[in-house]
Amino acid sequence: MQITSPTFKENSAGALADVQLQKALGNVRSGFIDKRRKAVEALPEFDQLRDSARAIKDHALENLDLYLEAYEAKVKASGGHVHWAETAEDARNIILDICRSAGARTVTKGKSMITEEIALNDFLAENGIRPVETDLGEYIIQLRGEHPSHIIAPAVHLNKEQVEADFRRVHDHLPPGRDLSEPETLLNEARKVLRSAYFEADVGITGANFLVAETGTSIIVTNEGNGDLTQILPKVHVVVASLEKIVPTLEDAAQILRVLARSATGQDMSVYTTMSTGPRRPGDPDGPEEYHVVLLDNGRSAMLGTEFQDMLRCIRCGACMNHCPVYHAVGGHAYGWVYPGPMGAVLTPSLIGVDKAGHLPNASTFCGRCESVCPMKIPLPKMMRHWREREFERGLNPATQRAGLKLWAFLAKRPSLYRFATSIAIPMLSLLDRGKGRFGYLPLAGGWTKHRDLPAPEKRTFMQQLGSRNTAAKEAAR
Amino acid sequence: MSSREAILKKVRQSLGQPASDAVRQKAVADRLKKSPQGVIPARGQLAPAERVELFCTMAEKLFATVQRVPKPEDVPAAVAEYLRGKNLPASIRMGGDPRLAAMPWRKQRALEVKQGASDGDDATGVSHAAGGIAETGTLVMLSGAGNPTTINFLPEHHIVVIDAADIDGDLETAIANVRKIFGKGKMPRTLNLVSGPSRSGDIEQKLILGAHGPRALHILVVGG
Repeated sequence: MQITSPTFKENSAGALADVQLQKALGNVRSGFIDKRRKAVEALPEFDQLRDSARAIKDHALENLDLYLEAYEAKVKASGGHVHWAETAEDARNIILDICRSAGARTVTKGKSMITEEIALNDFLAENGIRPVETDLGEYIIQLRGEHPSHIIAPAVHLNKEQVEADFRRVHDHLPPGRDLSEPETLLNEARKVLRSAYFEADVGITGANFLVAETGTSIIVTNEGNGDLTQILPKVHVVVASLEKIVPTLEDAAQILRVLARSATGQDMSVYTTMSTGPRRPGDPDGPEEYHVVLLDNGRSAMLGTEFQDMLRCIRCGACMNHCPVYHAVGGHAYGWVYPGPMGAVLTPSLIGVDKAGHLPNASTFCGRCESVCPMKIPLPKMMRHWREREFERGLNPATQRAGLKLWAFLAKRPSLYRFATSIAIPMLSLLDRGKGRFGYLPLAGGWTKHRDLPAPEKRTFMQQLGSRNTAAKEAAR
Repeated sequence: MSSREAILKKVRQSLGQPASDAVRQKAVADRLKKSPQGVIPARGQLAPAERVELFCTMAEKLFATVQRVPKPEDVPAAVAEYLRGKNLPASIRMGGDPRLAAMPWRKQRALEVKQGASDGDDATGVSHAAGGIAETGTLVMLSGAGNPTTINFLPEHHIVVIDAADIDGDLETAIANVRKIFGKGKMPRTLNLVSGPSRSGDIEQKLILGAHGPRALHILVVGG
């Protein structure tokens, strides 16, 4: 997919002016947060489980090479195949080869962010294979030629009227007078259309939420059951997963499952947690005849051992974006690539480069809500700061910003000069606002005041106020 | 160098670890061998009767319907009654599970019982669960000729029979039971943990039942 992260600011301006998008984003603000809170409050052990989950992933990452080897051996022992892919291109070619040997014309897909990352659909289509997304949200955006705007709710940027228009446009074999006014009728229509696709498909492709080293098992969680129909009906099942999906044991997966759905949708468990191990066994009346796993690196191994290693604990629940004021304002597409929100702001520069994605770690108010709700306790704001530092070190931000930061740094390193400067500037600003407490316009601050007011400072600086408070306290103590 | 070797080499370089580190190898081997348990929520740690109650309550919260029947012999009549109540065709799809096979289906004269995997044309499927998890109202379903996985997903109505004695408190106990059947480090081809009927919230976050899998999940709890 085309990367538009470099124009994040322009993308955001467009998003803020998009009436349909702003209406749809209201569903994120109202839905996810409350559901998560209720689920968390209903489980007293939730925070202990977060610590347990974090420790499991940290252990798995520190020993990733060994667990990958153990996992591979178990997949082979169960009759499956493991393919190692260093890059997105390698993964695409491996998958195409598998599809070709199966003589595939149609491929069904369960929802998978990793196949978005490697831009698999376009590649398959270019090579004469029809990819059909089966998750309702993914199906809708595939019809629209769009990409997911959210990692667990890919069509969250759309309203039902838009979906209705798409269904009428694409499902033109159905009676034009049919009722499609409600989500129920839209879902029923998609269910019918996709049922035949499941049976036509020669290959089913899913992602994985976990790969279990103990047993060579891949695990997916879904609510619709589409991932299951994708993998049990075609004769070949391909799992595409990045290296860090490895967990040591089934017990370890169980710990993380307890925090995953609660953080994502506020469910105790997703409706379907499916554990798949190898192909169909002797005597099995259904299931795929071949089982392949494509293990993708695509930049993960380079994150290990760096300040970004913690990001590899991410289990893609989406809680960080559900609670992010920036995501609430601009939605997912503004981020310009596959992963939006706070996790995207950290992961995207790692995977496509800070030169292209430098705006993303800057798109943060540093309110810290992402870290506070992250089930894996990933220090997202801290890592955004690391990216800002790297961006500055490499001279990637604009000259005015760099000059401003240098001026600020010069002052900040000289406390007496800093206090002198602020003791003049603060009372002046305070006078200028004429008692309103905020500025609707301020010279040199137009970039800020164009979209929101700038709060006016108190009459005296913090240090001045602290100074007089300390004096008063001393006098009171005397 | 193969991609496999290249990736493993990069991982080791980034971690600053040699492949032959005995301490790490032992830690990994131990964890894989011992499968240590983590935090088990107190919610499901109950006496058997209360555990079954909790299972039923949790499953109903997920929009499954639950019916208790005293004995396995009562299951076919309960299935027939469900079909009549929902105005469904008197026909079910079922695998060869011995527990299901031992039930008196012939007594339901009007009921057609089709054997084997589902072909997508069945309105109702019947399965026997391997276990239940009270903590979350979850069913544990194992693939194979006894309970073909297609029956869990293709029919619009899925009726699942579960023995009350097979309902455990937590996910870890359910995993331990699967391990008892298949052996340490081994799994069935497909293990489905099913928590309620299929659903989607993808259009305007509105929850709708019956996305791609069953629209209705009916659980028959036998005994307990």
